[in-house]
Amino acid sequence: MSALVVAQHDHARLDPATLATVTAARALAEEVDLLVAGHEVRPVAEEAVGIAGVRRVLLAEAEHLAQPVAEDLCELVLAVAGDYEALLAPATTFGKNLMPRVAARLDVAQISDIVAVLAPDTFQRYIYAGNVLTTVHTRDARRVLTVRATAFEKAQAQGGAAEIVTVAVPPATGLARFVRREVHASERPELTSARIVVSGGRGVGSKENFQLIERLADVLGAAIGASRAAVDAGFAPNDWQVGQTGKIVAPELYVAVGISGAIQHLAGMKDSKIIVAINKDPEAPIFEVADYGLVADLFKAVPELIEKIEKVKRERAA
Amino acid sequence: MKILVPVKRVVDPNVKVRIRADGSGVDLTNLKMAMNPFDEIAVEEAIRMKERGLAREVVAVSIGEPRVLETLRTALAMGADRAIAVETEVAVQPLEVAKMLKAIVEREQPDLVIMGKQAVDDDSNQTGQMLAALLGWAQATFASRIEIVDGEAEVAREVDEGIEVIRVKLPAVITTDLRLNEPRYASLPNIMKAKRKPVDRLTPADLGVDPSPRLIYTRFEEPPRREAGIRVESVDELVEKLVEKGVIG
Ligand SMILES: Cc1cc2nc3c(=O)[nH]c(=O)nc-3n(C[C@H](O)[C@H](O)[C@H](O)COP(=O)(O)OP(=O)(O)OC[C@H]3O[C@@H](n4cnc5c(N)ncnc54)[C@H](O)[C@@H]3O)c2cc1C
Ligand SMILES: Nc1ncnc2c1ncn2[C@@H]1O[C@H](COP(=O)(O)O)[C@@H](O)[C@H]1O
Repeated sequence: MSALVVAQHDHARLDPATLATVTAARALAEEVDLLVAGHEVRPVAEEAVGIAGVRRVLLAEAEHLAQPVAEDLCELVLAVAGDYEALLAPATTFGKNLMPRVAARLDVAQISDIVAVLAPDTFQRYIYAGNVLTTVHTRDARRVLTVRATAFEKAQAQGGAAEIVTVAVPPATGLARFVRREVHASERPELTSARIVVSGGRGVGSKENFQLIERLADVLGAAIGASRAAVDAGFAPNDWQVGQTGKIVAPELYVAVGISGAIQHLAGMKDSKIIVAINKDPEAPIFEVADYGLVADLFKAVPELIEKIEKVKRERAA
Repeated sequence: MKILVPVKRVVDPNVKVRIRADGSGVDLTNLKMAMNPFDEIAVEEAIRMKERGLAREVVAVSIGEPRVLETLRTALAMGADRAIAVETEVAVQPLEVAKMLKAIVEREQPDLVIMGKQAVDDDSNQTGQMLAALLGWAQATFASRIEIVDGEAEVAREVDEGIEVIRVKLPAVITTDLRLNEPRYASLPNIMKAKRKPVDRLTPADLGVDPSPRLIYTRFEEPPRREAGIRVESVDELVEKLVEKGVIG
């Protein structure tokens, strides 16, 4: 079987979720190609040739792909889809936006957010906010899949020897166009691939108080997450939301501060290796998944935690 | 402008579902059902567009067992003008839902379809994109702000990197994210009024679509359980554990 992975990138670098998607593709297909689409993206294609297990990198360059919309990317994917029996993308907002459009055009029932490949036609995925793990079997001749990046190892980024093949790009559909992106730049690690994540919830109380979460994140070298309640209340931006309808994270350490642990939140973080919860309510459901639970007022506990971690770090450095 | 709003009847998101003892599916007997939360947001947005004079008519549609009528009554009580129920006992999957919605779009000729980004039961996040594809329309997914400007929709989308603003030609499909609006509660007089609003009842056959599922769910199981953790008594103890585990320091 052969598979095509649609690479996610920011025109400078591949998104690490792409590497996990390659691993999923390798689990069902012997031949895996990668599509790198954009405007002046050869450097990304050159990065991609190193990925272990990738046969070919299809390079698709056009001006209208500089800030691509799903309509135009879909036409491109259909144009190169050829005989690939499987088409995959990460289950990020990029892949979620694009792949169902591709699937419908190919008359394929997409399988979203797979967490395991059991056989080339059989996959596992969660439903009901992570409460039920299902096994799904497809009888379609082709499969269109989105892949939960935290569920698969990342493919080796170096050592491969794929060849770059330039492919033609269909004209723009003119249906939609990019206007602008509002991102707040940050020096912190990216949330979905960070080794440590510190998340704050409604209990943090205000946007100003969220600085406490940021300080804790900084001493730990962590990315910052938030519950939906914290985002809704304006304490944190939307791209920090962890959960069923936000981002899925599985860091080595997840620290939940002032978060109750609603199932929709747990859906996004319960595969973390170590979970720490700080909450003043001993009955909070977050404690049911926490490896280390501390029942405490966060306004007392977090400053103390920051101070003690700094102390440990100083002692280590000395 | 005419707006079509597809709404799905799902298990209330606050209810924890149980798996049938034989692992053959999720036990839905006697569970509290509700309109998919994202679809409530879609209905709310459509109604606000009508209140602002942007839309003339809001039509809600739901596909599923006959009890989707209850969900449609909710949409009507919130302010939708009329409703369409497509009745089937089959648990219809996104591609077939999209095909049925396409047939309804062809009958109703709306200028805009606003729907949820994701059904909180199957968590597929597919149907809107599929509908747009089948219609050859533009799509604007994960919307947190919608404005109609110069015959186009300007939509702020919640993406992993932050917010992305795009312009789409109309007609288009827009899918809602949580922060688009706060859906209203239906008032008692509006619930009474909703009972007199028209509801068309169709079947998949009327729309020329075979509702049979293409994906076969063969197993349903509890996710792997996390081993019970411990309570630490102090910040010192917590730091000690984290150092022990090698995650800090
Ligand atoms: C369709 C749908 C999708 C959703 N998707 C998501 C999602 O993706 N992500 C998500 O997170 N949620 C999601 N939710 C919302 C979810 O159901 C919860 O409402 C939300 O996670 C609650 O956030 P919270 O824990 O911060 O707030 P709360 O539940 O209000 O908890 C606040 C916690 O802070 C504690 N606290 C307060 N003060 C202090 C203090 N001084 N010190 C210590 N602890 C304190 C309290 O004891 C409490 O446990 C979704 C809901 C729906 C319906
Ligand atoms: N059976 C259905 N009836 C009406 N609308 C539906 C149905 N299934 C899905 N939808 C719509 O499609 C959206 C996305 O669903 P899904 O792709 O299943 O996650 C939902 O929020 C609804 O707006």
